[in-house]
Amino acid sequence: MFQALVNPDRFMAFSRWAAPLLGVIALVLAAAGLVLDFQAPPDYQQGYTVHIMFIHVPAAFMSEFVYACLGVASFLSLVFRHALATAAARAAAPLGAGFTLLALITGSLWGRPTWGTWWVWDPRLTSVLVLFLFYIGYMALEAAVEDEAKAARAAAILALVGLINLPIVHYSVVWWNSLHQGSSLLRAGGPAMPAVYLAPLLLMVFAYMAGFGALWLVRIRGEVWRRRAAVLAMRAVA
Amino acid sequence: MSGLALIFRRELALSWAGGGGPFLALGFYIAMASLLPLALGADPARMASVAPGFAWLVLALASLLSLERMFERDFEDGALDLIALGPAPLEMTALAKGLAQWIAIAAPLALLAPLIVTALGAPMRLAPIVVICGLVGGLSFCFLGGVGAALSLGSRRGGVLIALIVLPLFTPPVIFGAGAIEAFGVGLDWRTPLLLLSAYSLAAVALCPFAMAAAARNAIS
Amino acid sequence: MISAVSIEGLGVARGDRPLITGFNLALEAGEAVALAGRNGAGKTSLLRAIAGLIRPSGGRVVFRSGDAEIPPEDAIARDAHLIGHQDGLKLSRSAWDEVLFQVLWSGGTAASARSACARLGLTNLLGLQVRKLSAGQRRRLALARLAASPRSLWLLDEPLAPLDRDQRAVVGELMAEHLAGGGLILAAAHDPLPVTARPVEIGG
Repeated sequence: MFQALVNPDRFMAFSRWAAPLLGVIALVLAAAGLVLDFQAPPDYQQGYTVHIMFIHVPAAFMSEFVYACLGVASFLSLVFRHALATAAARAAAPLGAGFTLLALITGSLWGRPTWGTWWVWDPRLTSVLVLFLFYIGYMALEAAVEDEAKAARAAAILALVGLINLPIVHYSVVWWNSLHQGSSLLRAGGPAMPAVYLAPLLLMVFAYMAGFGALWLVRIRGEVWRRRAAVLAMRAVA
Repeated sequence: MSGLALIFRRELALSWAGGGGPFLALGFYIAMASLLPLALGADPARMASVAPGFAWLVLALASLLSLERMFERDFEDGALDLIALGPAPLEMTALAKGLAQWIAIAAPLALLAPLIVTALGAPMRLAPIVVICGLVGGLSFCFLGGVGAALSLGSRRGGVLIALIVLPLFTPPVIFGAGAIEAFGVGLDWRTPLLLLSAYSLAAVALCPFAMAAAARNAIS
Repeated sequence: MISAVSIEGLGVARGDRPLITGFNLALEAGEAVALAGRNGAGKTSLLRAIAGLIRPSGGRVVFRSGDAEIPPEDAIARDAHLIGHQDGLKLSRSAWDEVLFQVLWSGGTAASARSACARLGLTNLLGLQVRKLSAGQRRRLALARLAASPRSLWLLDEPLAPLDRDQRAVVGELMAEHLAGGGLILAAAHDPLPVTARPVEIGG
């Protein structure tokens, strides 16, 4: 599977049908998840706001999952200098930033009725915010370095530095929160999910993953086309 | 080893004397501190409560100021090519650059910090912990900052870009340092956060030179 | 000591654009090669690839000492000079500080730096800031390490561009001595080198 994907032509042939397929799977799973979700009774503590969780929790999960994908692609791009890995890293970052932003916004929307305020410096929200800044830094570096190949390698190095740092950031933020127990009714992003919600939540997580897979493939295809166009343009000049 | 000593002496001379050396960072630190009471009102109790955290944060910011010069001068005038072909690997050069930056910028800032904290109204007895955190955390700031400086070689708008890349990485050292200072102030356990800060700084000193060297190699290729 | 360099099928690319493909060259001790080619043909990139700064897109460079192969990193770090378009000098520092660093870094001594500067007619300038020097004077400062730090392989990129006729003659003497002592010179130059050199054309 991996061997086959490393070849750009095979990758293009594979992604041509895999991307729309994943897109359809994502839509079906999301529809199923939302139907199950709205059939479930409102939470006795959170009321109807619990529905936000089905958008928020998968987005928060994806924000870290995509950064892991970005890290792996960056590592492969640095070590093997493979064009597809470089394209994959480049393509993943805006998607990851999107999921992270979605997690922040939905977290804030959920926080308003639940905690009575739009934003709380709770450890999870804070580390998601720092993660968002990681994505921003990655994209800014990638865009700012003039030479495209050098930009990709510099960004890949930054992604790896960030990957090593993320767990430490997370730990330090949790530690920081334990030091300042000023606003303490909220621990760890909210109360545990009752079992009724587990099935729709899992469906939503899978829907997000499939949706990410589809968008990622589409964006990698775009990168490959862009590179091919650049090569053709170069040949036309030479 | 003589290669390392040679490059370290040169880096120290360049960062200490070139373009104002530590005075730029020190001036920034003092100017920012003098704006705090103007922004917050000069109520002593209120100032005293935020002074340690504020002084610590601005110290981190001030250490960003001269990062741009760490690699860019050598990159632009071609000295980085010469250095890359010398007896010591680029990782050693990166280590020397980080340490020189620490001596020329971070250490003076750390020594100024207790003055700032006290002037803003925090008790004098915080001075030792502030200096220690400044010296230890300064290692993190210089080495993480060096990674940002090396990565942004060959980019437009180096300075702002470095800040954008580096500030999120500053999260752990800023938290641990502020935690140690605050805990010391209220008589809680300050050793744990200081140990965490030291561990983070040591890891930064050990690992960041590899990232800096990889980034510098990429820039001159 | 590098006594021979052979470049075997070397390819250099800039991004996706191939600059040089399948370049072959054998360089022996005591020999100078002048690389010619139009601007943008890749002379600079070729020299940087030989120096290991750019990763070649194909082929390899082999450094030999007698019959033994030397690992490229060792050969470059101990026994090669690369002098590019830029002189690598800090404008704010004194000429002596800078030339001394360059010489010590590439393996020379303070005494050899001083005598190299004397040969290149720089002695009176050493106390000045680099900022105050002309382009030709700066280039001679950078060239001083050729004479002061003994390294076998000289990779030179337009080394004589800012120099006048007399200064070129002095550099020519240095090159001739280097070749007579078994050194190797690979230079990219639009103008003819002041020593006998085998011309090699790159690019179409």
